[in-house]
Amino acid sequence: MIIAEQKPIPEIAAQVRQCRKVLVLGCGGCVTVCQAGGEKEAEILASALRLMGVREGWDTAFDSMAITRQCDPEYLDGIARKVAEYDCVLSLGCGVGVNFLAERFPRTWVVPGLNTKGAGATLEAGVWEERCLACGDCILHLTGGICPIVRCSKSLLNGPCGGSQGGKCEISPDVACGWQLIYDRLKQLDRLDLLLEVREPKDWSRTHDGGLRRVVKEEARL
Amino acid sequence: MSQNGCKTESRLERVLREGHFAVTAEVGPPKSASSKGISRHAAAIKEVADAINLTDNQTAIVRLCSLAAAVHVMQAGGEPVMQITCRDRNRIAIQSDLLGAYSLGVRNVLCLTGDHISFGNHPQARTVYDLDSVQLVKLVRDMRENRRFQNGEEIKVAPPRFFIGAAENPFADPVEFRALRLGKKVKAGADFIQTQAVFDIDRFARFMQVVRDMGLDEQVFILAGIVPTRSARALERTATVPGMVVPQELIDRMKGAADQEKEGVAIAVELISRLREIPGVRGVHIMAIAWEEIVPEIVREAGLLPRPRLEVPTPA
Ligand code: SF4
Ligand code: SF4
Repeated sequence: MIIAEQKPIPEIAAQVRQCRKVLVLGCGGCVTVCQAGGEKEAEILASALRLMGVREGWDTAFDSMAITRQCDPEYLDGIARKVAEYDCVLSLGCGVGVNFLAERFPRTWVVPGLNTKGAGATLEAGVWEERCLACGDCILHLTGGICPIVRCSKSLLNGPCGGSQGGKCEISPDVACGWQLIYDRLKQLDRLDLLLEVREPKDWSRTHDGGLRRVVKEEARL
Repeated sequence: MSQNGCKTESRLERVLREGHFAVTAEVGPPKSASSKGISRHAAAIKEVADAINLTDNQTAIVRLCSLAAAVHVMQAGGEPVMQITCRDRNRIAIQSDLLGAYSLGVRNVLCLTGDHISFGNHPQARTVYDLDSVQLVKLVRDMRENRRFQNGEEIKVAPPRFFIGAAENPFADPVEFRALRLGKKVKAGADFIQTQAVFDIDRFARFMQVVRDMGLDEQVFILAGIVPTRSARALERTATVPGMVVPQELIDRMKGAADQEKEGVAIAVELISRLREIPGVRGVHIMAIAWEEIVPEIVREAGLLPRPRLEVPTPA
């Protein structure tokens, strides 16, 4: 899923304080799971902004609601009438949701309430971490299912750099060295042979470096 | 390959192939547009070292570039080893720099991954790491041996023919993988290796045993890293760098010394003499970070003078 976290409230306030009527729009997808932008978070944020508005004397009204998914045109159609009542939609969807709202409602000012972090999962209650950088050319079969692109701070392909120590990455004692993880796992599975091959430079044109990516499945088209 | 077995016009390569115990030393370019310090250090160090490494924005701090620094070293009469990291440049920029460096007379490169941007003075910058150090070694080798750019395209005239260096840190983890990783660099085309600073000789000797068991010492020239430190505090700081191992007794010894600078030199000299006894160690690489002026004294005290005088090699 997409993991994200809410922007600091002052930063959000600066985006919306000039507006007359703002719809704080949550999303029922990934950001509900990572507790950043679901219905509940939308409600809480709307009241925080209301309070702040009262305190600082700005004349903005805030309502909140959530839809099933902001990244799906079908659900956006369903709120077209509602959106028309507002001069601004503060989206608590991931970046995709914000983009889709802006595309669907060309006359409405749409602003982001979250910082989208990446493709990740729940590590433990209240902690989410990225696990895939969507490189477009998955190589997990070579690394025992642990992604060096995202878990190694330098996205190295030929094993750990000289800064790996005690299982930690050189950038911080809080970050595990991705290559230590890969090494341990391949050792356990008796597949260290995979690490001895010299891996060629990656084809980064399959990432965003190659331009906007699109997936087309012909048989699914109407 | 020429008669002496050299693949390149590198002087360092000749020193090594002729069986001399090589000495290289590092000079850190300044955080300014002045070449003065480099030229001064180069003039002093060229008399006591076979080649001079120029770091590439080490610890991710903006400095005068290693290519220009290498040219300043040549102008001062020294032989440069231009360091290149994968951190700041993609394969296009790196190949372009390699062509440019060779055209200016640079004959040695050291291929590095590069310290992460978060260590440096522009932590908000975008990291590149289009390549890793193993891939970089292979790229430089392919330019030399196969006359190919990384994309496979032919270099029709004047391919750069570098003597190719790589680094290895015997003290980083996973420790069992370190010699294997060295093997990968050799397989990719490394001609020489400069190791991370050695303070723990016993551990380094165990690493070298594995390297010899794999036969790697026969395939690559290994230069052991020496970091002289001028104070107990500097040594303690060094010990906290990820991937560095400094035995506590060395720190204690520095702390107890009346003259810590002198002790720092003595420790470096002792380490060098012990490293010389380890089979497969073909030289030392002295990294006197921000203390370059001490290099001549260390080399002299270590009994590594005079350096071999070579005739100018006939161009390939
Ligand atoms: S290799 Fe690429 S696609 Fe696979 S997990 Fe890593 S970033 Fe994602
Ligand atoms: S320490 Fe490990 S995770 Fe960090 S950059 Fe080096 S290899 Fe990658």
